[in-house]
Amino acid sequence: MAVAGAVLRQNLPGNMDLCGKTGKGVPEFHVLAVDDSIVDRKVIEKLLRSLSCKVTVVDSGSRALQFLGLDGENSSVGFDALKVNLIMTDYSMPGMTGYELLKKIKGSSAFREIPVVIMSSERILARINRCLEEGAEEFLSKPVKFSDVERLTRYLLRGEADEVSEFGKRKLPKNCDLEVSSPSSPSSPSSPSPSSSSSSDDSSSSSCSYSRSSSPLPKRCKSV
Amino acid sequence: MDAVHLKRQLITFTEQLFREGFLDEQFNQLQQLQDENNPNFVVEVVSLFFQDTERLLDELSKALDQANLDFKKVDGHVHQLKGSSSSIGAQRVQRTCIIFRNYCNEKNVQACLKCLQVVKREFALLKSKMETLFNLEQQILAAGGPPSI
Repeated sequence: MAVAGAVLRQNLPGNMDLCGKTGKGVPEFHVLAVDDSIVDRKVIEKLLRSLSCKVTVVDSGSRALQFLGLDGENSSVGFDALKVNLIMTDYSMPGMTGYELLKKIKGSSAFREIPVVIMSSERILARINRCLEEGAEEFLSKPVKFSDVERLTRYLLRGEADEVSEFGKRKLPKNCDLEVSSPSSPSSPSSPSPSSSSSSDDSSSSSCSYSRSSSPLPKRCKSV
Repeated sequence: MDAVHLKRQLITFTEQLFREGFLDEQFNQLQQLQDENNPNFVVEVVSLFFQDTERLLDELSKALDQANLDFKKVDGHVHQLKGSSSSIGAQRVQRTCIIFRNYCNEKNVQACLKCLQVVKREFALLKSKMETLFNLEQQILAAGGPPSI
């Protein structure tokens, strides 16, 4: 997506890259990615690097906590960890799940403000609800695509997360399009392209994300 | 054979892989991520997938060979394989895993054993096709052609 990247760069002020790098020494967007799958780690790392983000990838929730200094072993936090702008974590991991990691992060005064995004190949409504209620910024369906990550970093970087908090945390409505399985129109110009409709939980072709709220419109559910 | 002919071969071959369901749109995503900074990205990810799958198939064979079959363990491995195959666009492998997981849920030993055979076969097929694809790309580069499709 070098072309897309080039187009986006042209629309940003000055020489600012998508992840906030400018010639004036503004720090880069630092993402901590957590996934037990070696293949998924490689892909998410490349996705983020292609958006010029600084990336730290770890293979477990406990390593993520170690990196952040939340593991209780060492009270001193690494300088690197203080600058994490976003945490993206897989849901299903051995040991500590992404949900458990999310709870630990939201339970920490130092890190609770960092947006956490959950990734999962299984779109179980109760699971999604639980994560959003616990404070996850968004729930992304795997396989994660460039457009998902690009959209994420763009609205987080622009501080739209602050606008989001006006609406507060909310549960996914029970009459969410997800259950009806009909395509919904994109809620904003920057949302990902509508994906093909499928009633299977294990569909590989559809791209789906759920968030607490990232637009003024009440519904943010994408087609299944 | 010159680069132009090789390139045509590569395009036809790749289209066939998509048509036959070996690969899906997610593979396109990987190709789009490849750039001059990471000219071997696709080969690297796919190689990782091959290694990881071999490990998982090994674990699955062992787990299904146990007297007291732990279906949860089997399902765990299949779930991992389903995830990684979906991440690289290996559609047929992924779909086999979905069926496999259903049989794990039903605790159907025979069906699980059969699924393991199918998944092994699909993986071997995919591996051979990907090796052909990467070979063609190498030949194009050697013939002085541009690397990307």
